[in-house]
Amino acid sequence: MTVIGFILKNALRNTRRALLTISSVAVSSALLVSLMTLERELTVPPEAEGASLRIIARNKVSLMQPLPAKQLSAIQRIPGIVTVTPFTYFGGLYENEEFTSFAQFAVDPVPFQSIIVDGPVIDGSYEAWVKNRTGCLVGADTMKRYNLKVGDQMRFRGTFYPCDLDLKIEAVYQGTVDDRNIFFHHKLLDELSGDPGTVGTWYLRAESVEVADRVIQQVNDTFANTSAEVRAESERAFQMGFVSMWGNVSNLIRGVNLVVVFTLVLVAVSTMSMAVRERFRELAVLKALGFQRRDLFGFILAEGFGLSVIGGAVGIGGAWAFWTFSDIQQMTNGFLIVFEVTPRIVGMAAAVASVLGVVSSIGPAISVGRMSVVEGLKTLD
Amino acid sequence: MAADPIVQVRDLSKLYRQGDIDVTALNHVSVDIQPAEFVVLMGPSGSGKSTLLHIIAGIDRPTSGDVLVQGINVGNLSESDLATWRNQYVGFVFQSFNLIPVLTAAENVELPLLLTRLDRKSRKEQVQAALELVGLGDRLHHRPDQLSGGQQQRVAIARALVTDPVLIVADEPTGNLDAKSASDVLDILRSLSSRSGKTVIMVTHDPKAAGYGTRSLHLEKGEIVA
Repeated sequence: MTVIGFILKNALRNTRRALLTISSVAVSSALLVSLMTLERELTVPPEAEGASLRIIARNKVSLMQPLPAKQLSAIQRIPGIVTVTPFTYFGGLYENEEFTSFAQFAVDPVPFQSIIVDGPVIDGSYEAWVKNRTGCLVGADTMKRYNLKVGDQMRFRGTFYPCDLDLKIEAVYQGTVDDRNIFFHHKLLDELSGDPGTVGTWYLRAESVEVADRVIQQVNDTFANTSAEVRAESERAFQMGFVSMWGNVSNLIRGVNLVVVFTLVLVAVSTMSMAVRERFRELAVLKALGFQRRDLFGFILAEGFGLSVIGGAVGIGGAWAFWTFSDIQQMTNGFLIVFEVTPRIVGMAAAVASVLGVVSSIGPAISVGRMSVVEGLKTLD
Repeated sequence: MAADPIVQVRDLSKLYRQGDIDVTALNHVSVDIQPAEFVVLMGPSGSGKSTLLHIIAGIDRPTSGDVLVQGINVGNLSESDLATWRNQYVGFVFQSFNLIPVLTAAENVELPLLLTRLDRKSRKEQVQAALELVGLGDRLHHRPDQLSGGQQQRVAIARALVTDPVLIVADEPTGNLDAKSASDVLDILRSLSSRSGKTVIMVTHDPKAAGYGTRSLHLEKGEIVA
């Protein structure tokens, strides 16, 4: 027999309790990993390669306020800008859906080609879309999800705009951080809505990273003190603006995480206390046989730590496998694009499980260390 | 000429505090025990016999006085040294056997040897020898719940003597056994004293059991009266 064998036999002496403890730690760890991943997905948007060059200019008052289309020529004159396109959110519902998880944007297809550089066309023809005023450019994820092919029609019911869209799929792109979106001609929207004078936002591309900050400043300055002041910012900053809207949700998730960890601590401490209490006499006998306080402390610590770490490994591994091999887009109806359990999240959850093992063992270990052999033998005699 | 006593108890007192009252468990007790003696401690409940045994075995501390075992003043040892000393010098046999239920007989006997520097093979040999000595050479891999009470107590005796201690202390070792098993256990303890030269100190209420000892000490109200 070895000391490790002795610890293992003790840890597994009550198989049902050991399994329940491992299960509770596993389930809690899986929940912790899932919630941390969810929080990350909601608060850290994916970053595209060309994001640092792209700039979005919106109405300074609110994103919901449109901008005058006549600003285009003024923006085009600003040095350092390669291209600019109107970029207007349509917000329609696809076919008979009550909720549509992909966005539709009205753009000017020609300049837009220089902006959507991360997503080359993989099917159909960009030129065909440029030529067809009622055509659209569709993300590969949406094509796959709705089993669409080039040439199919897509119909949208307007919610913000008092008009519907009937678009023919002319091209398919893939490779952006969000391959769900659909783009169509802004001129079509102008025509259908009967309001050719406004756009939602401006989407620009700067020449280089070095000039991007200057371009942003110049765009803002150009329209300062006009009836439609703009707020230009990098695509990244724009995304983070959306993320800030999740602030309360993020706090809620963190709160739930804390509750999960706290509950986990209570479960583990209770389990270890019971496990030690029911063999107080045996531990007193070990002391009588010559085992030191530190030996008993080590036995209890190893047992608590071992159960927590096994539970943590099962839970974290299970959560990683589940989220890695499941289709999060389908599961969330397109609400989430990716759900990546990062090494940092795995590390944090593993650290929680490890600390839990130590914390749950400290109390019982101290009481055993303080116990006199005589008292220990009397306790259960 | 008599040999030097293996155990010397000098003016030993032990006071317990129960609420606001001090209870005297041992009152200035002095006694010498010679090597290979089989000493039986008798007396009514609360007379202090178990307390005396516990202090001699180093699992309890005296309030005053000294206990010397082979010249070592047990009361002066630190907690850590005392644990090591117990492992090397004392073998314990308890009334309720106190075997670890998840371990086999051999593993239970091997427990005190885990604290020694013996390798696995040597430990195995010593465990085998100890269990054969108590007549359980064929029960190595049985767990306590697969053994009778008498067999469990014999495993406990094997565990007590596997480290080859000079002193074996037994606290009512036959209290939970039937007459036949009790007789077997007492035979083994007597044999350890008479043939193996171990010093055995046993607490018992049973006058029959006391008959196996070479000397009986009667305690009353914390004092040796006979």
